[in-house]
Amino acid sequence: MTPELGQLALVLALLLALAQSIVPLLGAWRGNRAMVAVARPAAAGQAAFVLVAFALLVWAFLRFDFSVAYVADNSNLALPWYYRIAAVWGAHEGSMLLWVFILNVWTLAVAALSRNLPEVFVARVLAVLGLIAVGFLAFILFTSNPFARLLPMPLDGGDLNPVLQDPGMTFHPPVIYMGYVGFSVAFAFSIAALLGGELEQAWVRWARSWTNVAWAFLTAGIVAGSWWAYAELGWGGWWFWDPVENASFMPWLVGTALIHAQAVTEKRGSLRAWTILLSIFAFSLSLLGTFLVRSGVLTSVHAFASDPRRGLFILCFLLVVVGGSLLLYALRAPKVAGGKAFAPVSRESAILVGNLMFTVAAAMVLLGTLFPLIGDAFNLGRISVGPPYFGFLFTLLMVPVVLLLPFGPFLRWGRGEGGVLRAIALRAGIGAVACALVAAVFVHGQLKAIAGVAAAVWCAVGTLLYVYKRFREMPRGRRYPAEMGGMLLAHFGLGVFLVGVLLSESLSVTRDVRMAPGDVQTVGAYAFRFDGVKQTSGPNWRGSQGTVSVIRNGETLAVMHPQKRTYTREQVQTESAIDPGFTRDLYVALGDPMDASNPAGAWAMRLYYKPFIRWLWAGGLFMMLGGFLAAADRRFRVRRKSESSEAAALPLATARESRA
Amino acid sequence: MSRLLPFVAFLALCGLFGFGIWWNSHHDQTAIPSPLIDKPAPAFALPELDAPERTVTKASLLGKPYLLNVFASWCIECGVEHPLLQAEAPTLGVTLVGYNYKDQPADAKAWLARHGNPYEVLMADLSGKTAIDFGVYAAPESFLIDAQGVIRYKHIGPFTPEVIEKELKPAIAALSEKSS
Repeated sequence: MTPELGQLALVLALLLALAQSIVPLLGAWRGNRAMVAVARPAAAGQAAFVLVAFALLVWAFLRFDFSVAYVADNSNLALPWYYRIAAVWGAHEGSMLLWVFILNVWTLAVAALSRNLPEVFVARVLAVLGLIAVGFLAFILFTSNPFARLLPMPLDGGDLNPVLQDPGMTFHPPVIYMGYVGFSVAFAFSIAALLGGELEQAWVRWARSWTNVAWAFLTAGIVAGSWWAYAELGWGGWWFWDPVENASFMPWLVGTALIHAQAVTEKRGSLRAWTILLSIFAFSLSLLGTFLVRSGVLTSVHAFASDPRRGLFILCFLLVVVGGSLLLYALRAPKVAGGKAFAPVSRESAILVGNLMFTVAAAMVLLGTLFPLIGDAFNLGRISVGPPYFGFLFTLLMVPVVLLLPFGPFLRWGRGEGGVLRAIALRAGIGAVACALVAAVFVHGQLKAIAGVAAAVWCAVGTLLYVYKRFREMPRGRRYPAEMGGMLLAHFGLGVFLVGVLLSESLSVTRDVRMAPGDVQTVGAYAFRFDGVKQTSGPNWRGSQGTVSVIRNGETLAVMHPQKRTYTREQVQTESAIDPGFTRDLYVALGDPMDASNPAGAWAMRLYYKPFIRWLWAGGLFMMLGGFLAAADRRFRVRRKSESSEAAALPLATARESRA
Repeated sequence: MSRLLPFVAFLALCGLFGFGIWWNSHHDQTAIPSPLIDKPAPAFALPELDAPERTVTKASLLGKPYLLNVFASWCIECGVEHPLLQAEAPTLGVTLVGYNYKDQPADAKAWLARHGNPYEVLMADLSGKTAIDFGVYAAPESFLIDAQGVIRYKHIGPFTPEVIEKELKPAIAALSEKSS
């Protein structure tokens, strides 16, 4: 009975979402306060029913209700309870439900925290969020129902995809969806501003903290995904330019541009149309990411089941949402360049250059991801571009960003001073060159590593110089407002990230070896001794577990246990063993036995030495913290209150006039 | 006008996606075009299964089109395909050549004795080395080779009645058109 209740809850949520989107929009248009007031209660009602549906699906998993097809496909009696909860979003239908659930979390947050904004504006924002919910709820109900029954009910179910049975993977999808879906708020703010025709700067300030939080979540999700790929896939890589990874990276790139553009628009009033366009792009790319992963337009290593009917639905949905908003942009975007003018040497210009680089990079990633499709369309055969294309072009596009980064905070709005910039360039440059020279001694002339050290020091010193300047010039308590602290943290994080990427890329040592028990292989300064393989088992898998001792200078540093697991449905999954460290990771992956009938004999193994690889995720975490910190700036809240009086006084008629 | 640019670019993108959905629902996504199609078959010299002292070579099969069917007694799918081949072989109008792949001769003979033998020529590739030249992934796999020794069609996996009607027979018909 409960699955039917879940479905009913989704139907009711869809009806309330329709009410949430249509009634307030009409009300805002006709100047009807009662209709405008529908937005909040409708949003709350929709959220309640989506929560019920989500809870019922969790419940079905927890009590092994294999009469639900989705539960039977993705769990079995041996699956531990925590993975049964993770299995809710382990495949297509459930992850769509998670999407809507998170959209409702954001919608509720907007409804609850926007008491001080003009009522009509909030109604429009909630209506746009409601429209998105209508699309996704209809998608779930018509093409991907997670509550579909399976008769006769099987005695035991299938299995959760074993690559997803990992603690990191349990949190990765919800976090990345918080980021994806979070951009819907910035999007809704932009659309509401376009609809209302009130293109003053105020709405940008209201949107800023939302965008920063979404961006921080997306950063965290990408870091978690990259860490998971590294730990779980057994190849020691951390980024593969896979379509699904690209799908999360494109909104991140545009989102990065957006949070900077919003700062310009809020403080100076310029780049208004560009900010609106970027917020449309960021959310469109999030939708596109969902589309690419779900529709079977592109095939990917971790694409879920694909179905052309779903693809067609999402395509139509994209046409309405993205096409509609771009058309609205074309019709209503501010015609004249507003705001204060700025000189070629100014903070605005620096941010604009960075913006262009990020946007072009996103376009480049999109093009590369769609290449196989373009090949089919123009009959060029099966072509796809790989890491060399992405790696080369992306590095090229990010060089200006890295070069400009230290100057950003020092540059003044409107017009910067050349003298200060030269001093900064000189100091950061000397630091970078000096460190690069020292590094050159240690890295045996590896150019990439030297460049990495130089770039990282350039960013870090540039950022720290500004920290020092504020420390010296400002009185206590006013030195580092949250917004600025967040910016400095994130910029510093880029330096840390660069160390991780370039040093680990250039100095890693990989060995593919055959090892019999007792064999010793040396990788760099470390000796790996293979102590044999024994059989082991877990709640829903059995496997072989190797023992590898790492010895340096006669001292055992670590005993590592790489595994090769076979899950209930005979899926094989490697579990690499990693010995983490501040300056290096040691990484062992178990291959196959050389002789299948003799697992006690020699095995194929992969041994890795990965210097500084942890730094790249640390850098990402710095950026994430920066995003959250900046969003917490009191300025975004305090000003809101002071504005609420005049905002409330805004007559509803303005909406009507702007329509004329 | 420039404000319309993002909208127009997006419509073009949607056109591409629409095409992608159409294309993927009409084409097998796992199909890998064989680089061997319309190329001369690799030269080979393999012993006959029933008389290992005699050798079948590419040259000895020239002059008449033939369907080279890669099979093995250990291959379950081959057993699925086998009755169909036996039923269809006489009506195809080409010689059916059996290519026994990585199989012990005794096993292969026992398997053919049990399931029947539709092959006019039967050769054995115990080591699987020649199969590498043909780019064989796994049994069963079939190659249609014309009278000049050029590969005209390839099918990976077992034949089904549908594949025979829609792909193999048209490919054979195209052969006779070319030669006439």
